[in-house]
Amino acid sequence: MRGLLSKALAVSAAVLLAACSDSEQTASNAPEKSADKVKAGFIYVGPVSDGGWTYEHNQGRLAVEGAFGDQVETTFVESVSEGPDAERVLSQMANDGADIIFTTSFGFMNPTIKVAEQFPNVKFEHATGFKRADNVAIYSSRFYEGRHVLGLVAGKMTKTNTIGYIASFPIPEVVRGINAAYLAAKSVNPAVQFKVIWVSSWFDPGKEADAAKALIDQGADILMQHTDSPAAMQIAEQRGIYAFGQASDMAAFGPTAQLTAIIDDWAPYYIERVGAMLDGTWQSTDTWGGFNTGMVALAPYGQAVPDDVRQLAEEARVAISEGRLHPFTGPINKQDGSAWLAAGETADDGTLLGMDFYVEGIEGSLPSSN
Amino acid sequence: MDYSLLSSILHAILVASTPLVFAGLGALIQERAGVLNLGVEGLMIVGALAGFATALAGYPLLFSVIAAAFAGASLAAIFALLVLRLYANPVATGLALTLFGLGLSALAGAQYVGQAAPQVSVWTIPLLSQLPVVGHALFSHDPLVYLSILMAALIWWFLKQTRAGLILRAVGENHTSAHSLGFSVMGIRFLAIAAGGALAGIGGSYLTLVQTPLFVEGMTAGRGWIALALVVFASWRPFRVIAGAYLFGSVTILQLHSQAFGISIPAQWLSMLPYLVTIVALVMISARGDKGVAAPGSLGKIFRVSR
Repeated sequence: MRGLLSKALAVSAAVLLAACSDSEQTASNAPEKSADKVKAGFIYVGPVSDGGWTYEHNQGRLAVEGAFGDQVETTFVESVSEGPDAERVLSQMANDGADIIFTTSFGFMNPTIKVAEQFPNVKFEHATGFKRADNVAIYSSRFYEGRHVLGLVAGKMTKTNTIGYIASFPIPEVVRGINAAYLAAKSVNPAVQFKVIWVSSWFDPGKEADAAKALIDQGADILMQHTDSPAAMQIAEQRGIYAFGQASDMAAFGPTAQLTAIIDDWAPYYIERVGAMLDGTWQSTDTWGGFNTGMVALAPYGQAVPDDVRQLAEEARVAISEGRLHPFTGPINKQDGSAWLAAGETADDGTLLGMDFYVEGIEGSLPSSN
Repeated sequence: MDYSLLSSILHAILVASTPLVFAGLGALIQERAGVLNLGVEGLMIVGALAGFATALAGYPLLFSVIAAAFAGASLAAIFALLVLRLYANPVATGLALTLFGLGLSALAGAQYVGQAAPQVSVWTIPLLSQLPVVGHALFSHDPLVYLSILMAALIWWFLKQTRAGLILRAVGENHTSAHSLGFSVMGIRFLAIAAGGALAGIGGSYLTLVQTPLFVEGMTAGRGWIALALVVFASWRPFRVIAGAYLFGSVTILQLHSQAFGISIPAQWLSMLPYLVTIVALVMISARGDKGVAAPGSLGKIFRVSR
């Protein structure tokens, strides 16, 4: 169904783009020099109204428009499925004169690389992936830094010692988040246990809600999620337990339930990159920003978080931001008991970007990603 | 496993299945009249939005459900007009209806995103709800769960026991004969489509009123297609629709619980299951060649009055 919908959207986007492509043939032909006007395209995996992941990317797009005014024109296609459809939408955008295209989901990685080969003059920016090219930059946020703080709060506040985790797909970004949160929770509460449910979707509010109920029924009193809708937050509110918002402040859905939320702030990055296009200084880069760059932020702590926990969380946040603390600091073993990091050793970015294993102590097995 | 968990699981299964029961019954009544309407997904989401908007405006549940039914029926009426009066291809029109419903609800629903509907109160049935395990699981639900079961019984009674039901089935089995007997094929099909649209709308509203009291675009997430598969699986019988919906609902819920227990079955397999089961059911129906369970004879065929 997504396929058909995005086809329809792609067609309508193409019509719109074609309608306004006359005026700016100069921009796309000379990307090395500074440009008078830049056309930036965005493709989203969900609807801009999801209240989470895609919503924040779209806020970033709007910030770009706000920052550059008439110098920039942005377009977007939402709810693009992560497969061949993405390739078509991307080609269409490139054909219609986009100078830079942001592809904002992990699953757009291969389509981005493929289309980038066909359009060497168009710049691409792929979020959360690991494949680069001369005209493909990659960017992501160190969400795991936020997960560390969430894990501390969860470990301190759980009474049943059971944290429920609603996960989407077993890709490194998600696995990293689970590991970071678990290690942090375990560090303050050795008895803590994580129950993970994979819903195989970024966005299916009904299924996310069902997963939340299942976790609560099995004893979880704090929920974390790595899916895009606020459904789990609502269930937490209904059932009188706590939860963390994902990608965006979800306090509106759980005024009592939300302990805090990881907020993705893409605006500074998008403004910088589109600015580089205007200056003619764009290069293929690999950006991975955390608390220190403002790309990862936390929502205000909820009423329920006691002062000492708040203090602990803030200290960790500041320490991570200043580079004094790394959420993955040894000794850490992998789930099968084999050694990963020696005492005092910190994880290198390469391993983190490709993380495909649970750390020791997490129960259950990681589903295969394909 | 302790009993309270078992009870919670059963409870969750009923909740997860109820949208499928409504939408499945809606598709069933249309198909028994010979109309193949692939627009269930679109009808559901329009109902989901209408119900949600009404609840948000502060009206009681009954009004929200009526609004959802009305929205579903209105959209279905467009389908009826196109297919019955203008002889549009029903398959293409149904698909278009799904796309239209998803788009319309996204557009009209944009202003409702980010708001939460009030919680629906639970009707606890006295005495029965005190029973161990099944008490909580079966007899302490929101009114719509009971309505869904009542609706299946009503539709069974209507199709089986009433003259009007017999006429509807006759139109579905052989529209030419029904027409020559003097029945209005168009009129009956129109009513069936409107009723089906209303039921799909109620099914959709269950998602936004009870299951996740919020609205986001595309939140039906393929349930309309499962409802269509369900009707075939149920071989066009109302009570089998309920059984099928609960089976599909169980698969979803048990899969989530099994993961939380640490047993992992690839979720993709379970997402495929409803469709696989439907294919198996189809094969079994055709292999048995049993007239009693076959599809309505005029299903999906265009009816033109010969002049």
